[in-house]
Amino acid sequence: MKFAVIVFPGSNCDRDMYHAAKDVLKEDADLVWYENSNLENYDGVLLPGGFSYGDYLRSGAVASTSNVMKQIKAHAEKGKPVLGVCNGFQILLEAGLLPGAMLRNKNLAFMCHQEPLAVANNQTQFTTEYAKGEIVRFPIAHGEGNYFCNEQTLADLKANDQIVFTYENNPNGSVADIAGIINEQGNVLGMMPHPERAVEELLGSDDGLKLFQSVVKNWRESYVVNR
Amino acid sequence: MKKVTVHVTLKQGVLDPQGKAIQTSLHSLGFPEVEEARVGKYIELTMEDDADIEARVKAMCDKLLANPVIEDYRFNVEEAVQS
Repeated sequence: MKFAVIVFPGSNCDRDMYHAAKDVLKEDADLVWYENSNLENYDGVLLPGGFSYGDYLRSGAVASTSNVMKQIKAHAEKGKPVLGVCNGFQILLEAGLLPGAMLRNKNLAFMCHQEPLAVANNQTQFTTEYAKGEIVRFPIAHGEGNYFCNEQTLADLKANDQIVFTYENNPNGSVADIAGIINEQGNVLGMMPHPERAVEELLGSDDGLKLFQSVVKNWRESYVVNR
Repeated sequence: MKKVTVHVTLKQGVLDPQGKAIQTSLHSLGFPEVEEARVGKYIELTMEDDADIEARVKAMCDKLLANPVIEDYRFNVEEAVQS
């Protein structure tokens, strides 16, 4: 499986994402600069964390208008997997690929520590290797991770089982303890916690490994079926 | 030339942690009369006049300057003062 890790000016978790895909998962991966990107030959798109464009205007707002987002939308429309972590999640929200928006953390602080999460939906292509309700530990590192959506959107997210990860001890004020959501088609996942920083015991947790393994396994299975 | 001033504010009902912190600070400075503080953004655009200027600015707000999920906006179009 071949991954594109999209790099914006201000991305800072791009190397972590690349390391997870390339060195730990042993899959193909490229760091792809947002300006000279052609995503046609990639199977999966990884939007890393960081502070694209210095978080000017709103986190992810400026990156969401870049040319590469049109390609990511086209990639997503083909049903190919897209994972946005932290700033990547914020970009997906701003681009309209996922519903809702981010507010400042309830306590106004930038928080950087490990958080326990529950796998709320293990029937997505990103989570099949987990058990439903399994508690995993991923680092969080954000100042604007307070997920917000209106009541109708929240009802839709619940009805369609689009809430994939929830916080056990909600650190930022997110509605319904939401840590990660998926689109209706089930191929675009956005989450604030960092699975790519939890792929080796040395990092304090390897609970994120199963997320990437799920993607690869499900891609392989559908690849065999579709060829 | 026109000067467009855009005010972006959080929607009523959306929690504003910054506003809340400002309110608390004002209270501790001896301004207990402040019942609510809300923080917004102010953006100035200088642009060519155009018959569609209102519609164009509205589109800019909807597409980029404000996030309709959490924010409201209002704007004003006036003659730019040449300096």
